[in-house]
Amino acid sequence: MDIVVILQAGVATGTVLLFATVGEIFSERAGVLNLGVEGMMLIGAMTGFSVAISTGNPWLGVLAAMLFSGIISQIHAFITITLQADQVVSGLALTFLGAGISLVLGEGLSKAGTVSLLPSMSIPIISQIPIIGSIFFTGQSIMVYIGYLMIPLAWYYINRTRPGLHLRAVGEYPAAADALGINVFQMRYLYVFIGGMLAGLAGATISLAVAPGWFSELTTAGQGWIAVGLVIFAQWDPVRAAVGSYAFGALRRLILDIQGPMLLFGFDNPFYYNPYWGFFLQMLPYAFTIVVLVIGSREAIRKRLGAPAALGNPYIRGERGL
Amino acid sequence: MRKYISRIAVLLVILSMVLAACGPGQPEEVGGFQIPNVEKGKFNVAMVLIGPHDDGGWSQAHYEGLLYVEENVDNVHGAYIENVPEGADSEQVFRALARKGFDLIIGTSFGYMDPMESVAEEYPDLMFIHLTGIKSNTKNFGNLMGAMEDMKYLAGMLAGARAKADGNPKLGYMATFPIPEEIRLGNSIALGMKKTCPECTMDVRWINTWHDPIIEKEAAASLFDAGAQVVFTGADTPAVADVAQEKGKWGVTYDWYGSCKVDACLTAPYWVWGPEYARITKGIIEGTYIPGWDYFDAETGALGLYGFMEGQELTPGVQDLDPAVIAEVEDILAQMLAGDFDRFDVFSGPIYDNQGNLVVPEGEALEQVDLDAFPEYGLDCKYCMKWWADGITAELPE
Repeated sequence: MDIVVILQAGVATGTVLLFATVGEIFSERAGVLNLGVEGMMLIGAMTGFSVAISTGNPWLGVLAAMLFSGIISQIHAFITITLQADQVVSGLALTFLGAGISLVLGEGLSKAGTVSLLPSMSIPIISQIPIIGSIFFTGQSIMVYIGYLMIPLAWYYINRTRPGLHLRAVGEYPAAADALGINVFQMRYLYVFIGGMLAGLAGATISLAVAPGWFSELTTAGQGWIAVGLVIFAQWDPVRAAVGSYAFGALRRLILDIQGPMLLFGFDNPFYYNPYWGFFLQMLPYAFTIVVLVIGSREAIRKRLGAPAALGNPYIRGERGL
Repeated sequence: MRKYISRIAVLLVILSMVLAACGPGQPEEVGGFQIPNVEKGKFNVAMVLIGPHDDGGWSQAHYEGLLYVEENVDNVHGAYIENVPEGADSEQVFRALARKGFDLIIGTSFGYMDPMESVAEEYPDLMFIHLTGIKSNTKNFGNLMGAMEDMKYLAGMLAGARAKADGNPKLGYMATFPIPEEIRLGNSIALGMKKTCPECTMDVRWINTWHDPIIEKEAAASLFDAGAQVVFTGADTPAVADVAQEKGKWGVTYDWYGSCKVDACLTAPYWVWGPEYARITKGIIEGTYIPGWDYFDAETGALGLYGFMEGQELTPGVQDLDPAVIAEVEDILAQMLAGDFDRFDVFSGPIYDNQGNLVVPEGEALEQVDLDAFPEYGLDCKYCMKWWADGITAELPE
C-alpha cells in the first residue's frame, strides 16, 4: 500500500466531486438549493461520451456536456425562481428527470466503442518535487489541472469581486440586493446555469477521463449526492470543498489498497484478515452525506455553518425580507 | 397565486398517475421495474438479471442463453428484466413475474436465492431455477451452476506461465463477495498458477459488488499498482483487460466470449448457457426435469476458454508462451470436453492452504458439498470451501 499512489488516484477521482461541489456552491450562494446534481452529472457523462464518440473530439464532448446539463438545470430555475415552487421537491424531480433522460438517450452507448480521451500529462519541473509532485502533477488528466485552477478562481470570484459580492447579496438578502438594482431573478437563473454546467463538467470528467465509458446510473453511483453533502461540509467555500473532494476521492482508492498489506502500522491489518471490513469504509461517504444533510437541515445549525440566509426560499418581490 | 399554481400542479400529477394506471395494455410496474407480459399458449420463460443484458459479461451470457432457448425449443416465449438488485427488490420482481404466470423463472445472481425460495413456495405450480446459490426445495425451486473452476484452473495455468515469462511472478484476483463460489474460483486459479509457476503468488481485492464498472476499474488499478502482472476478475465486466491495456500488463476477463477484445486480454473463461437452458426448459415442458442441485462440467459444452475453443485463435499474450504449457492446457481442455477431467480432478489432493496446512491429502478429492459450502452452513462438508490455496496472499474471516 503506497500512500502516494492512493492520493494520486484520489486527486483524479476527487476532481469529479470538486466540479460538482463548486457548481452547487455557486447555485446555493445565489440562494437556490439544487438537489438535482446527480441527474445533471448523468446527463453530462452521457452527453460527453456520446458527443466525443460521434465527433471524435473529447473537447466537443465536454462542451456539449456542460451545455446540456446547464440547459436541464434551467428547468429547476424556472420552477423554483419564476414559479417559486419548493426547491427540494423540484431538485429531486430533476434528479429523476436527468437519470431518465440520460438512460434513454444513452441506450446502447455502453458498447458504442472506444473514444479518444482527454489528454493526461505531467507538469515539467514541478512534477520533480518529491511527494507533492508525484501526487498532484504526474500523469494526471488535464481535467485535474483545470480543477486546480478553478479552486482559487472560484474563491476569488465569490469573495473578492464585485459580481461575487452581488452573488452573495442575492443569496443572503435578496430584497436588499433588489433595492440596490441587482436583478435577483436574472442572477439566480445565471448561477443555477453555472451550477448545471459544472455538474455536467463533472459528469464528462468521469466518462472522458477518470473512468472512461458510459455505465448507466453506475457512472455516477451517487456521487452527485455526496457533492450536495460536501457543500455543507465545505461551508459554501470552494477551498474547503476541494479538500473534501480529494479526501473522498482518496478514500475510494484506500478501500481497495488497504486490503493488500498484512500489517498496518505494525499491527494485524483487519482489512487483510476480514473482507467484510471493506463494507464499512465503502459506506462512509454515503453515511457522511446523510449525517451532514440531517445536520444541515436544521435552520439554526445551518446559520451557524454560514449558509446563505435566503437558501431555499424563493424571492417574491414586495414580500417581506428573505 | 403561488398556492394556486402548486395546487394545479399536484392535481396534474395525480391525474397523470391515474391515467397512466388506467392505460390499456400497459406492462405492470413493480418497484420501478417493468414486468413483461406472458404470451398465451406458449411456455413462458422469464429471466431476472443483476446487470444490463448487454453488460459484456455475466448477464449478457445469460441473455444469449435465453435467446438460444427461444430459438431452439418449440413454442417458448422468453422475457427478461435487467438491473434488478439482490434482496427485497428482487422478491417483488419474482412475485410479480409469478403472478403474471411465467412457467419458468430464472434468477441469475447469488443474492436472489432466499427471495426466490419464498416466492417458489407461494407458487408451487411454477418452476424456479436459481443460479450460483446453494439451495433447492427439490420440487419447484432448483439450483443450477457449472464447474467454472475447470476453466479458471486452465486460465490460472496460462496466467502463471505469462507472469513467469515476464519475470514478475505475481497475480491478482478481484473477488466480489466472500462466498464459497468466489473462493472456489480463486483457489482453482491458484492451483493452475502453481502448476506452471511454483514461485507465483496471488493478491486479492474484495469489491463487494457483482457489477460496478468503475469500482472494477479501480480495483484492477489497485492490484496492478501493487505489483500484479496478470489480474483476474470475478465480477461482470471486462474492466481488468482495459486497465491492463493502460498499464501494459495482462488481464483475464470472465463470463462472456466477447469480453476478451483488447490485446492485453490473456484469455477469458466463459459460459455458454444456451444448451443447458434448452435442456432444462425441454425437461420442464415434458415433465421430466426434477429440480435439485444441477451442476454441469465442461463436457456439456457450456464452458469455454477464450482462444482455445473451436474457431478461435490464441490471443497475443498466449501465443508466445512456452509451447509446452500451451500443449498441456490444450490437452487438459480436450480431456475436460471429453468428460475425462472434471472439477474433482482440479480439486484433488494433495492440496495445501496458504498457511501450509494440508487441506486435501494425496489420493482424496473434494466432494460437491465441499465445493459449495462453508462449515457454518450446516451442510455435511468434510473439507468445505473456507481456505485459500497455497500462494494466495489473503485471509478469510473466522
